[in-house]
Amino acid sequence: MLDKTFETPKPKVIAGAKHDWELVIGLEVHAQVTSKAKLFSGASTQFGAEPNSNVAFVDAGMPGMLPVINEECVAQAVRTGLGLKAQINTFSAFDRKNYFYPDLPQGYQISQLYHPIVGEGEVFVELGDGTARLVRIERIHLEQDAGKSVHDMDPNNSFVDLNRTGVALMEIVSRPDIRGPEEAAAYVTKLRQIMQYLGTCDGNMQNGSLRADVNVSVCRPGDYEKYQATQDFSHLGTRCEIKNMNSMRFMQAAIDFEAHRQIAILEDGGEVTQETRLYDADKNETRSMRSKEEAHDYRYFPCPDLLPLEIEQEWINDLAAQLPELPDAKKYRFINEFGLSNYDANVLTAETQNASYFEKVAQGRDGKVAANWVINELFGRMKKDDVTIANCPVTPDQLGGVIDLIASGEISGKIAKDLFEIVYTEGGNPAEIVESRGMKQVTDTGAIEAAVDQIIADNPAQVEKAKQNPKLAGWFVGQVIKATGGKANPQVVNQIVAAKLAL
Amino acid sequence: MSIDTKTAGRVAKLARIKVEEADLPALAQEFTNILGFIEQLNEVDVEGVEPMTSVTPQRLYCRNDAVTDGDQQAAVLANAPDAREGFFAVPMVVE
Repeated sequence: MLDKTFETPKPKVIAGAKHDWELVIGLEVHAQVTSKAKLFSGASTQFGAEPNSNVAFVDAGMPGMLPVINEECVAQAVRTGLGLKAQINTFSAFDRKNYFYPDLPQGYQISQLYHPIVGEGEVFVELGDGTARLVRIERIHLEQDAGKSVHDMDPNNSFVDLNRTGVALMEIVSRPDIRGPEEAAAYVTKLRQIMQYLGTCDGNMQNGSLRADVNVSVCRPGDYEKYQATQDFSHLGTRCEIKNMNSMRFMQAAIDFEAHRQIAILEDGGEVTQETRLYDADKNETRSMRSKEEAHDYRYFPCPDLLPLEIEQEWINDLAAQLPELPDAKKYRFINEFGLSNYDANVLTAETQNASYFEKVAQGRDGKVAANWVINELFGRMKKDDVTIANCPVTPDQLGGVIDLIASGEISGKIAKDLFEIVYTEGGNPAEIVESRGMKQVTDTGAIEAAVDQIIADNPAQVEKAKQNPKLAGWFVGQVIKATGGKANPQVVNQIVAAKLAL
Repeated sequence: MSIDTKTAGRVAKLARIKVEEADLPALAQEFTNILGFIEQLNEVDVEGVEPMTSVTPQRLYCRNDAVTDGDQQAAVLANAPDAREGFFAVPMVVE
C-alpha cells in the first residue's frame, strides 16, 4: 500500500528587502457535486442551459417554498469524505449564512457551519521532485451554490442567471499545511483527481465546477515549526483570503503576488489587515473586496426549514464498499503489478480513463512495454491531434495487437511505429495489415544474404574501408535494412554482414 | 443586556430594512425587551438535555436525484421588475 515514508518539500522562501519569509497557505475548495438535480430542489444542474431555465421556485427564493434534500448529494459528500480518509459524521445539520447579493435570491445560503457532514481527513500530495506532503483536511460541508451575474451585457445593469443557484457544493477546508504556490496547485490537482475517480465532482475549473478560496499569510523562518508544535495560530502571520480562483496558473500567480504584498507591508513596519481580496489576472495583483467587509457579519443560525441530517453507519459502510480504486492505490498497484516507474505510474493514473485503457493494453503483456507504447506513442500522437482517450481512434485491443506482433518477432520496432500510424489513421486489425501489406520482418537468411551480396557488390570502395575499420560494418547493416524496407531483422543482418565481410 | 441605537441601526442595515433615525431608539428598546425574555429563558437549567429540533419524532425527508422541476423561465421571471433575454436585470453590481 501507500508508502508514507516520504521527504517533505522545502517551504517556499521569499527574500524580502530585510529578511527571508516563508508562506503559509490553507485552501477552501468549492467542488460542485455531480448530481442530476440540485441540493434542495428538483431543478436540473446541467451547465450551459438557457438562462433561468433550470430554476425551481425554491431556488428563486419564492415565499413559502421549502427545501427538500437530495439524497444523492449527501451520498456524494460521504463518498468524497471516504476518499479523503475522513471522519463521516452520522449527525450533521444545516445553517443559514445571511447576506444580500442579486445572485442569492433567498437572502441566505444554506450551509453547514456548526455540524459539517465530514470531519478530519487527509490528502497525500506528491510534488514533481519526489517529495510529498500529507495535507490535513479540517472538514467538508454541503452547501448551496449561488447564481451567476453577467456584467458585460448592458452598461447600467447586471444580468442574473439562477441556473446555478442551489446546485450542491462541497466546501473542502484544508489546514494551513501548504507552504508554496506549487504545493497549492499540486494539492488542488490531487483533490480533483480523487473526486474525478470517485465521480463526485467533474473538476472542470473552466466551467466553475471547482473553485478555490486561498488563505495566504507569511511568517519568519522557524515560526511555522512553533505553530506545528503547539497548533497555536499566533505564531503565524495575519492571513488574507483570495476569493474564487478558478485556474491553477492564476492561483499560483495570486499567491505569489499576495505574499510579496504582505512582506512589503511588514518590512515597512506596517500590519497586514485580515480581509477578503480579489485577484485581477490582467494586472496580476490582488485588491481588497471592500464591499464584502461590511457585510461580513453573516449572522449564522440553524436553518428552521431543515431537520438535522442523520445517516446510518450501515449506509456509510455500503457506500465505502462500493468505492472505486483510488489514485494512490491504483498507482502503487501499477508499480507493483506491472513494474512501472513512479513517473510512468503517475502519468497513467492521472486520469481514470487513461488508467483503465492502459490496464486493458497491459493485460497479459509486458507492463513496461505497454506503458511505453501508451505514454510515448499513443499519448504523444493524441496530443498532436488534441484528442482525448474518450475519442481515441485506437482501441486497447488494436494497440495490444501491435505490441504482440513485436513480441512474436513478426515485425521490427521500427515497422511497429509505421503500423501504429496506419492503425491510428486508417483503423483495422494490426495482424491483417501486416499480412496484407507485406510488413513482416524478414528473418529468411537467404533473402537477407542476397541483399547483403548486392550492397557489397555495389560498393567495393566501402568494402575496402570496412576491412580497415570494422566499425563501418554498421553502414552495411543500415543499407541492407533500408533495401528491405525496414523489414530485415537487424540481428540477422548484423551476423550476415560480419560473415560476408569476414570481419 | 441592552441594545443601543447604533447596534439597532446596524442590524437593520444588515437585514436591508430601512429604519428612520428617529425610530431607532424604539427599535433598540424592542430588541432589548426580546433579549430580556431570552435571558429569562436562559435561567432554565437544561444541563444534559438534547436540543429539540422537531416537535414530532421525524427524520429529515430526502428526495431522489431526479429532475422534476424547472423549465419555467417565464414563470420564474414573472415578478421581476426588469427581465431581459431570459435574465433578471438588476442595477450594476461590480467588484
